[in-house]
Amino acid sequence: MTIEVRNLVKKFGGFAALDGVGLKVNDGELLALLGPSGSGKTTLLRIIAGLDWPDAGEVSFNGEDALAQGARERHVGFVFQHYALFRHMTVFENVAFGLRVQPRAIRKDEATIRVRVKELLDLVQLDWLSDRYPSQLSGGQRQRIALARALAIEPRILLLDEPFGALDAKVRKELRKWLRSLHHEINVTSIFVTHDQEEALEVANRVVVMDKGRIEQIGSPDDVYERPASAFVHGFIGESIELPVQVEGGVVRLGDQPLRLAADGLAPGASRLFVRRHDMLVGPSGSGAFEGAVQHVRNFGPVQRAEIALSGGETIEIDAPRGRELRAGDTIGLEPRRYRIFAG
Amino acid sequence: MTMQIADSVSLSAPDAKARAHAAAARDNLRTEPRAVRITIIALAMIFLSVFVVLPLVIVFAQAFSKGILAFFAALAEPEALAAIKLTLLVAAISVGLNLVFGLVAAWAIAKFEFQGKTFLITLIDLPFSVSPVISGLVFVLLFGAQGYFGGWLRDHDIQILFAVPGIALATTFVTFPFVARALIPLMQEQGTQEEEAAVSLGASGLQTFFRVTLPNIKWGVLYGVLLCNARAMGEFGAVSVVSGHIRGETNTMPLLVEILYNEYQFVAAFAIASLLAMLALITLIAKTVLERHLDEGHDASDH
Repeated sequence: MTIEVRNLVKKFGGFAALDGVGLKVNDGELLALLGPSGSGKTTLLRIIAGLDWPDAGEVSFNGEDALAQGARERHVGFVFQHYALFRHMTVFENVAFGLRVQPRAIRKDEATIRVRVKELLDLVQLDWLSDRYPSQLSGGQRQRIALARALAIEPRILLLDEPFGALDAKVRKELRKWLRSLHHEINVTSIFVTHDQEEALEVANRVVVMDKGRIEQIGSPDDVYERPASAFVHGFIGESIELPVQVEGGVVRLGDQPLRLAADGLAPGASRLFVRRHDMLVGPSGSGAFEGAVQHVRNFGPVQRAEIALSGGETIEIDAPRGRELRAGDTIGLEPRRYRIFAG
Repeated sequence: MTMQIADSVSLSAPDAKARAHAAAARDNLRTEPRAVRITIIALAMIFLSVFVVLPLVIVFAQAFSKGILAFFAALAEPEALAAIKLTLLVAAISVGLNLVFGLVAAWAIAKFEFQGKTFLITLIDLPFSVSPVISGLVFVLLFGAQGYFGGWLRDHDIQILFAVPGIALATTFVTFPFVARALIPLMQEQGTQEEEAAVSLGASGLQTFFRVTLPNIKWGVLYGVLLCNARAMGEFGAVSVVSGHIRGETNTMPLLVEILYNEYQFVAAFAIASLLAMLALITLIAKTVLERHLDEGHDASDH
């Protein structure tokens, strides 16, 4: 199932949750919607599911208009952020719900439903919990039951809203891997929403980065990390050093100091320079584009994180490999291995 | 066996000491002196005894003052039986109507956003803030012979005032807030996610209501119905205005109690009053049980 979204606009009062969003999701893809809270990603997901309606724009599944159908007819599996399990039903009945509410004409008999629910509980590896109630489950278990329940209706599309948002770090990591392999197994077109970049980069085939109701970049995890399309994406994904610079006559200046950085093809004016923390190479004083004094150093396993006061006045944090130990008080030169400059 | 007992005894001694210490520490933490605490507790107990327990005891004492036979004879009077029947009928009608209206109002307020929502919430409480007598008078103004619809009703030979419909209407008005009030906070807390989940799984509106919404609020519904019923059976003021006090026809139990009392038929008056008191006691017990279920419901929903 392919999904196509064109020019979606959704306003809540005066606030534009979606401001002209367009997107194409390929069949069998696992797509991440990544952005800070308030970027409109959940709203987009809910509109695709039919739980919200856009003020303008189109949504189509396999080329046919999805907005003509309600949530009930769309056949979309939705996993809610807080799971929304039916609290008065057992795990078994939760998963069976979608099968039991089918119109009489196509509803399966009790024996078939039992077999199907058992299969789904096996798939999420929780068949031993079938008689429990949601309140008796851990967060990770609830999450997997919510997924089994959504899969019971054999959805054409699977949508997950912050699927791991409410779980602790260790369970999150496990479930991430599990979701990836599950998607590989069932291969249904899936979209999940997250504000966690690591989650998006690790799980998804493609990542859609959103901010303020607009799409900033669509690309593979490598694309959005290595070739960020905007200042926002560079700042949001990965840990970056951000410096306000001035571009004039082919020269990049930080404050009043010219930097030895190529400025080819850059528009003149106020700009922002982005460098990944680990892309700042340390050299002896006098080498490299920047000069600075080490303020203090902390060790994080394989890297040392150093706070550097640049000669221009700004303070930055860099991650340098261990081996050549930095000490507070050292004066060093810094050369960005890779960097990007965005106007504005 | 004996070893274990000896063990537990030797363990319990320091245990008790620790508890005593803890209690002493708690006492020290309190700012009020002992005398003040005792006075406050005593005042509360005396007040409750004089204003709540004593009247209740007197109702039953008076009802049985001429013996059990007189008590049952008073209840078996046709007038008493008619009043009991009418009270049950009116309660059934108004609880039934308020169950539907209350559910609809609570649903609208808890699950939708719309203009005038705050106004609606305020309006729901109106029957609580208006004197019941006024509530009754409103219906007299509407449906009485000189009222807005009085002429039309007379032309079509429809009797509302001084008949069952009027009593049911007044009671329904006075007891409207109970079900809605019990459900609004419950439904607001539960939100709409479970309903959304049901719809996305292919459930129709009715299926969603009966399989998801209703099971989630059933204790709240029962709680509202219970309080609504207690008030419906006990309502005096509003009913008194619209009833017309036709003996054996439009007298509910509270109205009959007053009439019998004014006629110095104390045993009969208190016999019926004791039924209402029993209703109150049963309501109280049921309320406690339901509140426990409601609390459990809240805990279970804690993620």
